Parts: sequence; C-alpha cells; structure tokens
Amino acid sequence: MTSLSVPMIKRPVHPVGAWGWITTIDHKKIGIMYGITAFINFLIGGIEAIIMRAQLSGSNADIVSPEVFNQLFTMHGTTMIFLAVMPLGAAFFNYLIPLQIGARDVAFPRLNAFSYWVFLAGTLMLHLSWFMGEAPNAGWFAYAPLTSTAFNPGHGVDFWIVSLQVLGIASLAAAFNFIVTIINMRAPGMHMMRLPLFTWMTLITAILLVLAFPVITVALLELLFDRNYGMNFFFTAAGGDPVLWQHLFWVFGHPEVYILILPAMGIVSEILPTFSKKPLFGYSTVILAGVIIAFMGWLVWSHHMFTVGLGPIPNTVFTITTIAIAVPTGIKIFNWIFTIWKGSVEFRTPMLFAVGFIVTFTIGGISGVMHAMSASDAQQQDTYFVVAHFHYVLFGGAIMGIFGALYYWFPKYSGKMYNEGQGKTHFWLMFIGQNLTFFPMHFLGMDGMPRRIYTYGADMGWTEVNALQTAGSIVIVLSVLVFMKNFIQSWRSGKQAPGDPWDARTLEWSISSPPPEYNFEEIPIVQDRDDWWARKRGLVPRIAPSGASGDGHGIHMPQPSFWPLVAAIGIFVGAWGVIYSVPVLIIGAGIMIFGVYAWSFEPVNDPESEASTASGDAN
Amino acid sequence: MAQAPTTPPAVVHQEEHEKTTTGLNHKKLLMWAFLASDCMFFGTLIATYLVYKGKSKVGALPEDVFSIPVTSVSTFVLLMSSMSMVLAYAALRRGSLKGFRIWLLSTILLGSTFLGFQVFEFYEFVNHEVTIDCHEFAANPDGFSPFEAGIAGDECTEGVDEYEGTHGLTPRTNLFGTTFFTLTGLHGTHVTIGVIWLLGLFFYSFKKGAVTPARHLDTDLAALYWHFVDVVWIIIFPVVYLFGVFEGFPT
Amino acid sequence: MALAAACSDPHPQSTFDTHGPVAASQANIFYIIMYAGLVVFIGVMALLIYTTIRYRRRYNDKDPEQIHGNNTLEIAWTVAPALLLVAVAVPTIQTLWNNSISPEPAAMTVHATGSQWWFEFEIEELGVVTANELHIPVGEVINFVLESTDVIHSFWVPKLAGKVDMVPNNTNTTWFKADEAGEFFGQCAEFCGESHANMRFKVVAESREDFDAWVAAQLADSVVPVDPLVQQGHDLFMSIEAGCWACHTIRGSANAFGQVGPDLTHFASRRHLASGIMENNHENLVRWLTDPNDVKPGNVMSRDAAVYNDPDQALSEPQVAALAAYLRSLE
Ligand code: HEA
Ligand code: HEA
Ligand code: HEC
Ligand code: CUA
Ligand SMILES: [Cu+2]
Repeated sequence: MTSLSVPMIKRPVHPVGAWGWITTIDHKKIGIMYGITAFINFLIGGIEAIIMRAQLSGSNADIVSPEVFNQLFTMHGTTMIFLAVMPLGAAFFNYLIPLQIGARDVAFPRLNAFSYWVFLAGTLMLHLSWFMGEAPNAGWFAYAPLTSTAFNPGHGVDFWIVSLQVLGIASLAAAFNFIVTIINMRAPGMHMMRLPLFTWMTLITAILLVLAFPVITVALLELLFDRNYGMNFFFTAAGGDPVLWQHLFWVFGHPEVYILILPAMGIVSEILPTFSKKPLFGYSTVILAGVIIAFMGWLVWSHHMFTVGLGPIPNTVFTITTIAIAVPTGIKIFNWIFTIWKGSVEFRTPMLFAVGFIVTFTIGGISGVMHAMSASDAQQQDTYFVVAHFHYVLFGGAIMGIFGALYYWFPKYSGKMYNEGQGKTHFWLMFIGQNLTFFPMHFLGMDGMPRRIYTYGADMGWTEVNALQTAGSIVIVLSVLVFMKNFIQSWRSGKQAPGDPWDARTLEWSISSPPPEYNFEEIPIVQDRDDWWARKRGLVPRIAPSGASGDGHGIHMPQPSFWPLVAAIGIFVGAWGVIYSVPVLIIGAGIMIFGVYAWSFEPVNDPESEASTASGDAN
Repeated sequence: MAQAPTTPPAVVHQEEHEKTTTGLNHKKLLMWAFLASDCMFFGTLIATYLVYKGKSKVGALPEDVFSIPVTSVSTFVLLMSSMSMVLAYAALRRGSLKGFRIWLLSTILLGSTFLGFQVFEFYEFVNHEVTIDCHEFAANPDGFSPFEAGIAGDECTEGVDEYEGTHGLTPRTNLFGTTFFTLTGLHGTHVTIGVIWLLGLFFYSFKKGAVTPARHLDTDLAALYWHFVDVVWIIIFPVVYLFGVFEGFPT
Repeated sequence: MALAAACSDPHPQSTFDTHGPVAASQANIFYIIMYAGLVVFIGVMALLIYTTIRYRRRYNDKDPEQIHGNNTLEIAWTVAPALLLVAVAVPTIQTLWNNSISPEPAAMTVHATGSQWWFEFEIEELGVVTANELHIPVGEVINFVLESTDVIHSFWVPKLAGKVDMVPNNTNTTWFKADEAGEFFGQCAEFCGESHANMRFKVVAESREDFDAWVAAQLADSVVPVDPLVQQGHDLFMSIEAGCWACHTIRGSANAFGQVGPDLTHFASRRHLASGIMENNHENLVRWLTDPNDVKPGNVMSRDAAVYNDPDQALSEPQVAALAAYLRSLE
C-alpha cells in the first residue's frame, strides 16, 4: 500500500499549533472549526441584515442603492441558511455525535475533515462575490427567469450557483458520515431506542440532506447550463417553464427548512431533561414525531406556490398536507412542556434558551399554519408576514436552539464555565430584541408591505413600525456582543469546568471537559436510555467496560492527514474556474483528483503503527 | 434495560467486517446512502425530462433522431456488463482470481462499448442529416414529422427535387435537446466513472493480497455502483427512448 | 417622491380594510385562523408558564419522579390539534374554491400584463389599452387574464383581492369586484429585479356612468396640439432625435406605435406617473423625463433610450419642458 501512496510530503504525525488544526481529523477539532467559521458567517449575515434594516428604517431612505439592497437580502438569506445555521448544526453533529454514542471518532474521519474544508471553500466563494463586485441579487430562492443571462448578466448568479454546489458537497459528505457513524458505531448496548434525542434528530437531518440535496444539485446544474451553455431549461422563449424551477427549488427547500430546525429540536430535547432532572417525556413519541415531520416535509412544497396559479386542486391538497405537520410538531411541544412538568427546574442560561425556543417557535409555527390556509395566503404571500414567519422559526427556532447549545455544551468543548449573569443578559436582550424586530412584521405584512422592496413611500403608513423593527435589530446586535464577550472571556479565563457540571444524563458528560483526544478511555457499555444518569444514581449494575483500558496509551486514533485539505483546495480552484475560466477549472480538477488519489491510498494509520483498522485503505 | 453482559462481547475480528454495530461494513453503508442520494439525482433529471416532453417549439424530436435498434443493442451491452460483473464477483468468491480478472475486464469492455455507442449516438444527433423527397412531400405531406415538414416547407421551393441538409440536435436546439443530453450525458458520466473505477480495481488486483476471496469489499462496492448505474439506464431506456418513439405509449 | 398624495387613507394597502368580496372572504379566513392560533398560543403559553413557575427548583429538592410518558395525554394532544385543524380547513377550502371562479358573469375581462417595471391593461372587448391605472365600474365583477413579458411579476390589490402571479409562459386568471368607489393601491408582489419596489399601479373604481365616460375618453384619439410649446414637444416626440415614438404608442399621431413602453395616448388622464410611484404633475414629469434612472433605478427606458443612455444625445432643459407640455396635453 505504501508503494502507491504519494511520497512527496511526509505525513504529519503529531502536529501542533496551526498545523495541528489544518491536518486534524479529530471530530472535536473539526466541530470547533465548523462552529467558529459558521459563527463568523452568522455575524456577516447579521451585518448584512443590519444594513437592510437601516435602509428600511424610514420611508424613502437612501443608504444603499436598490441593486445593493437586492444583493443584501439575497446574500443575507443565503448566508444565514447555508453558511450559518446549517454548519452551526454540523458543528454540534461533529462535536457531539461520537461522544453521545460512545465512539472514539466518526466513521470516516478524513471525509469529515474534507467536509469542513469544502464548506470553507464554499463560504469563501460566496463572500468573495462581494469583492468581485458581483454579489448575487436574485433572492435566496432565485426564481427563474430573473436568473437568466438576459435579466441577470454578470456573474452574481453564477457565484450563487457554484457556492451552493460546493456547499452541497460539504453537506453531503458530512451527512453520509453521520448516517454511517450513528448506525454503525454505537457503543455496546446503545441500541436505537437508547440514542440521545440530539443524535436521533441528527440522523433524521442527515437522511433528509442526503435525499434533498441532489434535487437542488440538479436544479443548479440546469441553471448553470442555461446560463453558461445556452441551454433551454428555464429559457421562456424556447418554452422553458419558470414554474419548474419553483417546484425543484421547493421540493428541496421545504425539507431544507426541517434540516434547519430538527437539530435545534434535538438540542432542546437534551437541555430540558437536564435542567428539569427528568427524562424526556414520551421519548419514543418525540422521535416518531421527528420522523413523521421529516417524511411529511416532502409532501408540502407547493405551499410556497399558492399564488403561482396551480389551481384550486393542488392548493387544497397542499393546504391539507401542510397543516397536518402541525400535529407532530405540536406533539413535540407538549412533550417538552411535560418534561418540565413535575420536574425540578433550574433556570441556567441554556434552559432559558430552550424555554424561549418553545415560545418563539410556537409563534412561528402558528404563523406557518396561517400561511398554509391557501385561501388567505394570497394576501400574505411575499409580504412581510412571510418574513415574520420564517424569522420566528429560523431565529426564534434554529438560532435560539443553537445559542442554547453553545451555552449548554460550553463547559464540554471549552473546558471552562461561562459567566451565568452575562449569559442571562444575552438571553433577555436577544429574546426582547427578536420580538421587537420580527413581531411587528406580521402587522406590516397584513398592512400590505411586500418583502424585498428597498424603499416605500411615507404615505403607506409603514414608517413607524419599520423604525421600531430597526431599533429591535439593534437590541439583537447588543445581545450578540454580550455573547461574544462572554464567550471569548470565559474560554480564555473562565473557571475550570468539571466533567459534568449540570448533573446531566447522556454519555458526553461521563468524560472530562474537554474530552481527551480519544474521548473514552474505556468504551462504555450502555444499559439505559439516560445511561450516565442511571450510572450516577446507581440505577444500573456496574459492569466491566469493554475495550482497552488504562491511561489512553494502547488506544490508536486515526492519524492526521492533509489530503482532505488538498482535495478541498482543488474544489475551490475548480469552482472559481467554472465562473471565470476553463483552464482554471482544469487545474482545480487536477488538484482535486490528486488529493483524492493520494488520500485513497493513504492508510488510516500508517502500517508501522499497527493495523488496528481492518480494511484500512480508502475512507 | 435488562441485558447486562458481565463480559464484553467477543470482539469478532474478521477481515472486511470490522466491528460495527450492525455488522455491515462502514463503506458498504456509505455506498448505500450514496446510492439513495443518486436515486434522487436521477429522479429529478428524469422528472425534468418528462415535464418537458413534447414541449419543444422547434427542431428535431425523439421520433426524428432516435434509432431504437441501435440503442437496444447498446442497452443489451450494458445489461450484459452487469451480468459480467456478477460473474466476476462470483469468480472472486470462488477463489478464482484469474476468472475475476477476465470477467472484470469483460465488464470494462462492455461498459466502454456502451460509452462508444453513446458517443456515436450523440455525434449522429448533433450532425443529424435530413433528406426530403420534395415530390413525396407534395404528394403526402402528412407522412412527414412536423420537424421534417417544417424543413420541407422551407426548402422544397419550385424546382427542388430533393433536399439534403444537416439539421443537428444539440443541447441548445430545443427543450428536447436540452433535457435529453443533460440526462443521458450525466448518466454517461456515471458510466465513465464506473469504467475508471473498475479499471483501477483491475490493476489493483495485481497487487499481492489486495483483492482476495476474503478481501472482496472493494469489489463489492464497485459492483454495487455498477449495477446501480445499469438500473438507471433500464429506466431511462423505456422512458426516454421507447415512449419517445412509439405511438400509443403514454406521454 | 414623498408628496403624500392628498391621500387621507393612512393604510392604503391594508388587507383588513377590505372593499370587495374576494378580499373580504380572505380576511375572514385570516380572522378564523388567527383566533384559532391565538387560542392555541394562549393555551400553550399558559401551560408553559404554569409548569416553569410551579416546578422551579427549591434549594433542597430531591430528584423528581422519573416519569417517562403518559399515553392518554399524548393521544389527547395529538387528537385535539388535529380536530382544530380540520375545523379551520373546512372554511378555508370552501373559500378557496368559491374564489377560484367568479360567482356572477363578469362585466369585462382585462388583460393585465406585467413588464419590468410597469403594468399594461387591455380591455379587449372595449378596445381600451392603458397602463398603470385601471378604471373599473363599482359593483361589477371584473375578470383578469394575467401575463408577463419578461420575468415573474404579481398582480395584487390588497383591498380588493389577494395576489396572483404573472408568470411568463403561464396564463393565470383572477377576478375581483369593488363594493365602493375609490382609488385602490396595487403593487407588484413578486421580486422582479432592480425596481421591483417601484412597480405599482392604481385601480380606480367608479360609478358605471363615470366608467363609461372614461372608456369613451380612452377610445378617442390623442388631441392635436394647438399651443406652440405643445407642438414643439409633439415634434420632438416624433423626431428621430428623441426617438420616443419607437417605444410608445400615441394613437392618432403619425408614427408613434411603439410597443415597448406604456401607451401614452391619454397619459395626462392618469393620476400617477411611472407605474403609480408618484403623482402625475408637471414637476414630477420633468423629473422623470430629465433623469428617469434617478426616479426609478434600472428602468428599461433609461437603459435603452438613446437620449438617456448616451450623454451626447441627452435632452436639454427646454426640450424636456416641451415634451412635458405635450405629454400633459394628452388628456
Ligand atoms: C426552520 C424553518 C421553518 C420551519 C420549521 C417552518 C415550519 C412551517 N412552515 Fe414555514 N417557511 C420557512 C421556514 C420554516 N417553516 C421559510 C424560510 C419560509 C419562506 C421562504 C421564502 O419565501 O423565502 C417559509 C414559508 C412558509 C410558507 C409559504 C408562505 C408564503 O410564501 O406564502 C408556508 C405556507 O404554508 C409555511 C408553512 C409552515 C408550516 C405549516 C410549518 C410547520 O412545520 C409549523 C408547525 C408548528 C406549529 C404549528 C407550532 C406548534 C404546534 C402546536 C402548539 C400544536 C397545535 C397547533 C395548532 C393546532 C395550529 N412556511
Ligand atoms: C437563519 C436565518 C436568518 C437569520 C438568523 C436572520 C436574521 C435577521 N434577519 Fe433575516 N432573512 C433570512 C434568514 C435569516 N435572517 C432569509 C432566508 C431571508 C429572505 C431573503 C430573501 O428574500 O431572499 C431574510 C430576509 C430578511 C429581511 C427582509 C428583506 C426583504 O425582504 O427586503 C429582513 C428585513 O428586516 C431581515 C432582517 C433580519 C435581521 C434584522 C436579523 C437579525 O436577527 C440579525 C441579527 C444581527 C446579528 C447577528 C449581527 C451581529 C453583529 C454584530 C454583533 C456586530 C459585530 C461585528 C463584528 C465584531 C465584526 N431578514
Ligand atoms: C427604449 C424604449 C423607450 C424609449 C425610446 C422611450 N421610452 Fe418612455 N418608457 C419606456 C418604458 C419601458 C417605460 C416604463 C418604465 C417603467 O415604468 O419602468 C416608459 C415610461 C414612460 C413614461 C411614463 C409612463 C406612465 O405611464 O407613467 C413617460 C411619460 C415616457 N416614458 C415618455 C417618454 C419620452 C418623452 C420619450 C422620449 C424622449 C421616451 N419615453 C422614450 C420605454 C421607452
Ligand atoms: Cu414586478 Cu416585482
Ligand atoms: Cu415550506
């Protein structure tokens, strides 16, 4: 095997410093890199939002030109969804899944590193469009034919297509990895109905990703071919149908929104039991509800198209399928509340976020059901009512959940305790700020304000409400600043965290904070759904653990590698080439093939260091 | 919460069956997940093709360019390659590395033949020749497809007996060209990747101990992929070719 | 732009302040689902607040009882929301079907066509073609056939009916009826490019007599200029130099039959200018003709008309004044 491996560069053995991060294939480090990159994206998307809010703060404002405004909301939506919320979820998948299922790493550690680097490539690609002066401007769902070269010359839309395509590779790689890891790498005794809820929701999310991303991949390819090779998919003069794009986008797009929310639901399902000192109420029901939501998510896409003119029959059908999703979601909400019921509730910051999630997500869910009423949705489609709905579910749902997770697992990943007072300040500022920003949008929508308008007249009666919202968004900014201060200071100089600061229930709390590189000195044998809790309370008999024991010496971890990075660089260069020049594309493809080739002939561990892994070549 | 094994479960350390929860190899599972994903990929492409079926405004249509006999042969070739792959796998499990290499090579050749057919077919379509007997057209215009009738209407002017010219079908010509080349082209790309993969496996098998009856995982994965790509063609062939040409098929 | 258009209505696009049966039925459904949602929300919040307060940790708490679930409760909160949803779905679907076709025969069919960034209205049976301002008779059903010449737009008059998209290659239909006379705001409600925000229109509902008079006026040919300044503007409009005629139609004129821009035959009869974004008065018109891009960024006229995209051919101030005088004479 060694004969085939690429000898030019020596394989890193135990690199330290920056090099250690660059070549790492440790799921915990990758998780942290995912998290930090995604958080920076969240700030960028947030700054884009604040500029928009400034422009909209009064009638006839003149802070940005309409062209820039269009770029702002397109980039804001795309950044928040694909570069912030999805990868923040992925950060926690990476960090936590092996810890929660009692494994030492993921199934394909190098694929995992690859996923991160490709995600970074996609991120850079999208943001670079600002610097190339060609940020995409067709909205985050880029309806045809506005995206055609006739109405959108320049490379903005190409940047959008190519970045999403690249990000899709990253998401798919991660999703494959987590499906295999969760199904195949559970500790002994960790059968499916003992998996922590977050792991379950990750599994469902990964399955959704694997099935939904190909749909958008094809749609993007079609658009790319139209724009760059003169094909006719959405070229109306040749009979191309703009409605086809909408179907393809939303067949992907609706499962996508559940990809965004299910991890947050998993997070909440972890936090509530811990801080109520009670198991999750109706564990199997909550999982089943998640599965049903994921399945039904495929049957509702046309609720984004109630006004496109599909006719009353499709509108009836999609109204019914859409409202049906409220039932399994409601099940979750009630099960969460009954987890608290008769518990011993402690309001630490994560718990505040989890309870806040229930409040704001319920508002967003109910406004979703209001949208689902196709008869009246004709008055709300493409108004600020929609903007209100999706910020309540995205900000009030996904982002609240993620902040909850950032606090809840802070001791675990940083090894420090955060400042509780500042955490609570953050929560209240953010909770108030988002309601100030997004609740009035319902009224604006019903008052006839369309979304995606860069200006409005003073005679429309929208000025005061908009000013209020802008003020609210400043409160959100303050809250994020408080968070950042707390986060950085605590990580630098917080109090040392114990392994289990919350008296929690799942396996990740059974090890030190931060966990050793190999996670578990001894692979635990799982005997209960809340195994760690049961062990602490002596509810299960002590049994000899399996696998190697000791101080972590005889444990062989997969070795670092740079080939995933090389392959990702190839993808970045190639993607650039797709937009600007074919030779660059070829160079990029070459680099990528080289990286993948070297990678596939590099054993997980060099042969000298014991052949502990069986089929130890490509993964 | 009952079973509390007092000793750790025996660690079965079998080649290709590293200890996993389900007993299924990681890569095998990954492959299945990937194929599920690829199903959605082709599903979307086929859906696009069907949505645009019969919606082209100009240019050649399926009945003008398809040659069912030729494509039937190439379909047969691809089917045979799947069989050949099965035989290669069987030979390997039997312990015949030689048989494995022969059948693998045969799979590669059949796959390449299919690709050859596809290249030929694409070339034919792009350079599609139209020959029209103008007298025949005058006598029986209904006997011509709308596409040919359109050309005849333009070209059969006074005094022209026969018209010959190139009226190619490219991805830009019409919706049919766009959707057809994209769908079959991306399928062809999959076949090409498969051929390269099998070639890699073929050479790899010469390395001592790389491919053995017990070490068959790499072959397993390649075979899985290859069969999948075949099955996709088994769907494309009737949906695109047969339904495209024969009347009475559902549109 | 901010000339608060002597318009007293503080919420000109409110979907609650309905003036026609379609919008009214939609608002009705909205109220139903809103109250249903409010009930759910209050219920959930009451439960949440009660549990979080009642079960706060006391300092000497023991571990609470480890309850894993309760089937009866779980069935209850599956069935109850389902029943509520069925209850709201029934009127919704009823309204959806009721609104899908007009209940009474229509007084007329209007072909409304969206283009970047203005609306054309053609009433075929009456022979009327106009832009950005549609007059309709009060109390009569009007059918619409919706089309687009470029990208997707959407036809929306909040006080009269919900939006319906104008999709290229797809013809949609809708209808509405105005219960009272008045001027209703319309706005494009599908993102359609740079000046999407500036793509608006007005619907003027008036009595049958006023409507008939409007039709008669619209059908007449354009007036022949008498005033010298108007004459000068007319000549300029029809000249190769300005080239306005290439894109605009002015019926009754010698050569203005352009189809790219709005029909200007009775331009001065419209209350608003440049697709409903400002009042149609002399100053605004001069502003528009001097630098349309300033008023409406990206618009097709400043992009494609030689007088606007080529600084060498730019119109002089007197020329603009003459053109404005001519256009304002087109009653
Ligand atoms: C995290 C993302 C997320 C989530 C979870 C949801 C959840 C839901 N969404 Fe949302 N949606 C978006 C993100 C999301 N959405 C986005 C981004 C858009 C806009 C895209 C764009 O145009 O840019 C959108 C747009 C959108 C539309 C299109 C609006 C339009 O354009 O006109 C519709 C219409 O039906 C809709 C419906 C729903 C419904 C019914 C749910 C349901 O899943 C909600 C279910 C939850 C509850 C109902 C609350 C809890 C339940 C109970 C307490 C039980 C009892 C309740 C009742 C009986 C009502 N959504
Ligand atoms: C998860 C998704 C997500 C999130 C979190 C947000 C967050 C916010 N969004 Fe979001 N939004 C979308 C997803 C999201 N949005 C989508 C999908 C669209 C549709 C796009 C489209 O139409 O195509 C949209 C559209 C949209 C619009 C409508 C634009 C239009 O239609 O014209 C508006 C308008 O107010 C808006 C506002 C905001 C605000 C104020 C926030 C705030 O919550 C932001 C909070 C602010 C910050 C987080 C910034 C923090 C910054 C600092 C602390 C500064 C420090 C900086 C340094 C140290 C460098 N958004
Ligand atoms: C390239 C084609 C083109 C040319 C040339 C052109 N216009 Fe226009 N015009 C348009 C279009 C398109 C619009 C609609 C713009 C919009 O609202 O987005 C328009 C709008 C107008 C309007 C406003 C119409 C309304 O209903 O409010 C006026 C007035 C006008 N043009 C006058 C002129 C004059 C005067 C000239 C010559 C100096 C001219 N146009 C030359 C295309 C053109
Ligand atoms: Cu037209 Cu927006
Ligand atoms: Cu949806």
